[in-house]
Amino acid sequence: MAKRIDVSGLTAYYGSHKAIEDISMTVEPRSVTAFIGPSGCGKSTFLRTLNRMHEVTPGGRVEGKVLLDDEDLYGTGIDPVAVRREVGMVFQRPNPFPTMSIFDNVAAGLRLNGNYKKSELNDVVEKSLKGANLWNEVKDRLNKPGSGLSGGQQQRLCIARAIAVEPKVLLMDEPCSALDPISTLAIEDLIGELKERFTIVIVTHNMQQAARVSDRTAFFNLAAVGQPGRLIEIDDTERIFSNPSVQATEDYISGRFG
Amino acid sequence: MSTAAVTDKRASSLRGASLPTWTPWAIAAGSIALGIGISAAAGLHSSIQWALIAGLLFVLGTYGIAARVEGRRQARDRVATSFVWVAFVVAVVPLVSLIWVTVARGVKVLDLYFLTHSMGVVADTEPGGGIYHAIIGSLEQVGLATVIGAPIGVLTAIYLVEYGRGRLAKAVTFFVDVMTGIPSIVAGLFILSLMLIFKMEPFGFAGSLALAILMMPVVVRSTEEMLKLVPNELREASLALGVPKWRTILKVVLPTSIGGITTGVMLAVARIAGETAPVLLLVFGNPFINNNPFEGAQASLPLYIYQQFANSAGSGAAYDRAWAASLTLIAFVMILNLVARGIARWKAPKTGR
Repeated sequence: MAKRIDVSGLTAYYGSHKAIEDISMTVEPRSVTAFIGPSGCGKSTFLRTLNRMHEVTPGGRVEGKVLLDDEDLYGTGIDPVAVRREVGMVFQRPNPFPTMSIFDNVAAGLRLNGNYKKSELNDVVEKSLKGANLWNEVKDRLNKPGSGLSGGQQQRLCIARAIAVEPKVLLMDEPCSALDPISTLAIEDLIGELKERFTIVIVTHNMQQAARVSDRTAFFNLAAVGQPGRLIEIDDTERIFSNPSVQATEDYISGRFG
Repeated sequence: MSTAAVTDKRASSLRGASLPTWTPWAIAAGSIALGIGISAAAGLHSSIQWALIAGLLFVLGTYGIAARVEGRRQARDRVATSFVWVAFVVAVVPLVSLIWVTVARGVKVLDLYFLTHSMGVVADTEPGGGIYHAIIGSLEQVGLATVIGAPIGVLTAIYLVEYGRGRLAKAVTFFVDVMTGIPSIVAGLFILSLMLIFKMEPFGFAGSLALAILMMPVVVRSTEEMLKLVPNELREASLALGVPKWRTILKVVLPTSIGGITTGVMLAVARIAGETAPVLLLVFGNPFINNNPFEGAQASLPLYIYQQFANSAGSGAAYDRAWAASLTLIAFVMILNLVARGIARWKAPKTGR
């Protein structure tokens, strides 16, 4: 059920500002791909183009192709809502719905989409929470509000919410940057388990994290402030961190940046 | 330099002289006494003048005493505090006295009989009668105005916050701002001109329409602010789950802000419940009970209060009824506000564990 992503010649704008330019890459199914690079180089923008969340921002538009298996996400007649059901997303800051209980948060995707059977709902919630390694911590208080959980638990709740709708791809935008090391470890372990079932793309500022969790790593950079971000290289993680083919990558990874 | 720093205040640079905690009260009492004394000596009779002098003395006295004992910075701090207190008292005094007078005068004739009878067979100058017809009229007119005004207002706000881009949104915002400033009599005249075109007699629903016009911009403004408070992250979280935008608004944005929206609507209702001018023009007033807002003149509470004062040639019974009706109106608005607060608390995003 995991799907391959093929990006070719992708350029994204905010109004007249070009945020990223001419990005092409392939993301293999059932693998973890990490995006690293300095702040403002367009990693998050690129991630958001992969499930058409970029155009939610006023003025956001995209040129180029994103193929999910063989279907162009930006082709004519493609429904962005349907795309987002296939390509789920976890955000930087945990954002459970404040009016909903833990159970309702996980069930939100199914309920709000309207197509579910009541009898399935309990199973789906349990399965998703187990999948997010949160079940044991919350099984006795499923009816309590989700905002009462700790930050790390909230983030795992958001992951459970995202995988409850059974996406093919899971995008994570710096999912651990607001979390402590122990919660980060929990989520990294979880990513390792989830890649059996999903294609995972993760944006991170933490290079150790990229080295720990990802199979392939993409390095983004921008020539200067105000210039669009570009993909410098993408390769197996091991190779990127040991022997990158571009000097800029090595400079960034070893801290000799700029 | 003494080493017995605990008793010697100058021994430590971190420790300064300070006035005892009862000082502000003492200064307040002193300035009130002095204010009354000065006013009496100068032959001022208005208690407002007395209070102003006392307030001024309080601020100046606080500064003088604090500057001598504690230093300039602490004195300025105390003056700022005393200004806040004076402003608070100035704001609260009229409020409390208004409620005090209304309650004191209103309870005279306010009883079950008063609430359940109309003025149908009672002349305005005689005792007796009641406000049942006015309560019915007010409830129906305000209720219908809310049924019209609140949904339009909330939907307009949703358009402005969630969809509105470009010229149309700017134009809508501008006209909402203009509408906020429409005097109630103008809204009444607008509906009246329509009624004259169609040669209609006064009836309750016409008043509702004018009230709805007055209510809409208030609802739009407050709802807009509430919707803007909903974090964008929640919308994105919902969209990223593959939820269509309209469902995101309906199931995530509105539930998150429903408490504040309800409060805003209730406050708008409270505002129109006290409107007299459009009701006077369009509903006309009627001493008999008229349950049908779509035909024939009706009464309403603010109109009833006005007419009891205006048409009774100084009769004490009419004044008592007017005060009792005022008390009923205030109670009605107060109950609405309490309901709004209750709903806001009940629906507020939960933070408990």
